[in-house]
Amino acid sequence: MIVRMNHNQAPSITVSNLNIRYHELQLFNQFDFYLPANKWTCLLGPSGVGKTSILRFIASLKYNGDTECSGDIATSDSQPLHGRLTCMTQQDSLLPWLDILDNILLGFYLRSEKITELLKQRVIALLEKVGLVGISRKKPSQLSYGMRQRVVLVRSLIEDRQVILMDEPFSSLDIITRFKLQNLAAELLVNRTVLLVTHDPLEALRLGDYIYILTGSPAKISNLIKPCGTIPRDSTDINLLKEQARLLKMLADDCVW
Amino acid sequence: MMLLRGIISAIVLILIWQVIVMVFNLPEYILPSPILVLKSLQQYAGLIFQQSIPTVIEALLGFVLSLLFGVFWALMLVYFRPIRLWFLPALLISQALPTFAIAPLFVIWFGYGIASKIATTCLMLFFPITSSFYDGLRQTPKCYLDLAQTMNATKWQILYRIRIPAALPALGNGLRVAATFAPIGAVIGEWVGASHGLGFLILNANSRMQIDLMFAALLVLIILTLAFYFLIDLLMKRMVFWNYE
Repeated sequence: MIVRMNHNQAPSITVSNLNIRYHELQLFNQFDFYLPANKWTCLLGPSGVGKTSILRFIASLKYNGDTECSGDIATSDSQPLHGRLTCMTQQDSLLPWLDILDNILLGFYLRSEKITELLKQRVIALLEKVGLVGISRKKPSQLSYGMRQRVVLVRSLIEDRQVILMDEPFSSLDIITRFKLQNLAAELLVNRTVLLVTHDPLEALRLGDYIYILTGSPAKISNLIKPCGTIPRDSTDINLLKEQARLLKMLADDCVW
Repeated sequence: MMLLRGIISAIVLILIWQVIVMVFNLPEYILPSPILVLKSLQQYAGLIFQQSIPTVIEALLGFVLSLLFGVFWALMLVYFRPIRLWFLPALLISQALPTFAIAPLFVIWFGYGIASKIATTCLMLFFPITSSFYDGLRQTPKCYLDLAQTMNATKWQILYRIRIPAALPALGNGLRVAATFAPIGAVIGEWVGASHGLGFLILNANSRMQIDLMFAALLVLIILTLAFYFLIDLLMKRMVFWNYE
């Protein structure tokens, strides 16, 4: 596949003994979590349960000043995760002062790496693959939200990281665009270890090889689901829809208010 | 549209002015009529133009120098904690000092020439530029910094590619304020000791009771200030285009 340069195997990731505390609120207490290699793992749970905090912990990103956090991360190949992961977030993180091409190549600029013609051609090819033609010199503000998220997807691909962390990247899209982008992401992000944080049961069921359901405070994994079949799953499948109904009911029952 | 509204309100003000002069029958050494001011503007056009040149130069140099200082110190404030702890109070104190009171000192220190005028201008402009850029640098959106971290960015690249561009809209606001202060700074510098400039001309005309000339010079000063403001505004809209979409 043209999108995959780095042939190293993506690692599995084990998070153990995670404790996160924000003032009086204990988000996690002795929490353990496993991300299998080369699979899509979905973390499904209500808002505020701490899904994003796990993601930030794995990415070693800073928390707000008052957050206390401790825990261990281990990878199956014993290599550090630093420099091997990338994030896709709900708010698109394209820089408004750069055009699309420079935004996609931002990582190369930030690491002071050389930008070759070949690299630019790969970007153009990838943009075409996600259906974006002739936009490489446009500014982000000239693109729709769905287009911008496709650009972010291309940026994640060109960075060619083995671990992809997604924090509800599709949640602000209209449903048709969301389905298309989910399919595209599932198709392009193969052989990577993906963590998708979502509160949408249907999204989890379409994209998750494994689905963890996170509830309570401090948060616990109340359920692990392994739907059969390959992703992206057909959203019109009757069994999938039944499962969605079950998950919706379960999440609603857990909801405190 | 803004230009049109500006022109209309200027015309209305001038009309009110004319009416006041006519109704109260004020002598021209108290309040000259707009017509008289326009006449003396025409009469003294050469003199006023000649005297505006040093003022414009002082204002421009003061502005550029303040910009350089302001950007430099804002970066220092963000990156070095001891500077933040010790220089920030000093910066505030410098702003608390009344420019009018300090200006005569500058003449003693920097001489009768252009340097003391640039110094008064800088004293007025340094604070808005530094504090606006400093604020902008501190408020880099967190998602940009997260992104840079996952991309293994170097510290300097984060500064150059992310933090400085993200702070430009804030700097632009500071520069707009500074643009309106710059000619005033130069004029204050000229008031306390100068042999040329618009401030010198205004002071001289005042002491000779040439109130019409004073008003004409004042009018030119206003026009210069407005022109400078709109020039900076235009430049900022070009440079910081993403903030206006």
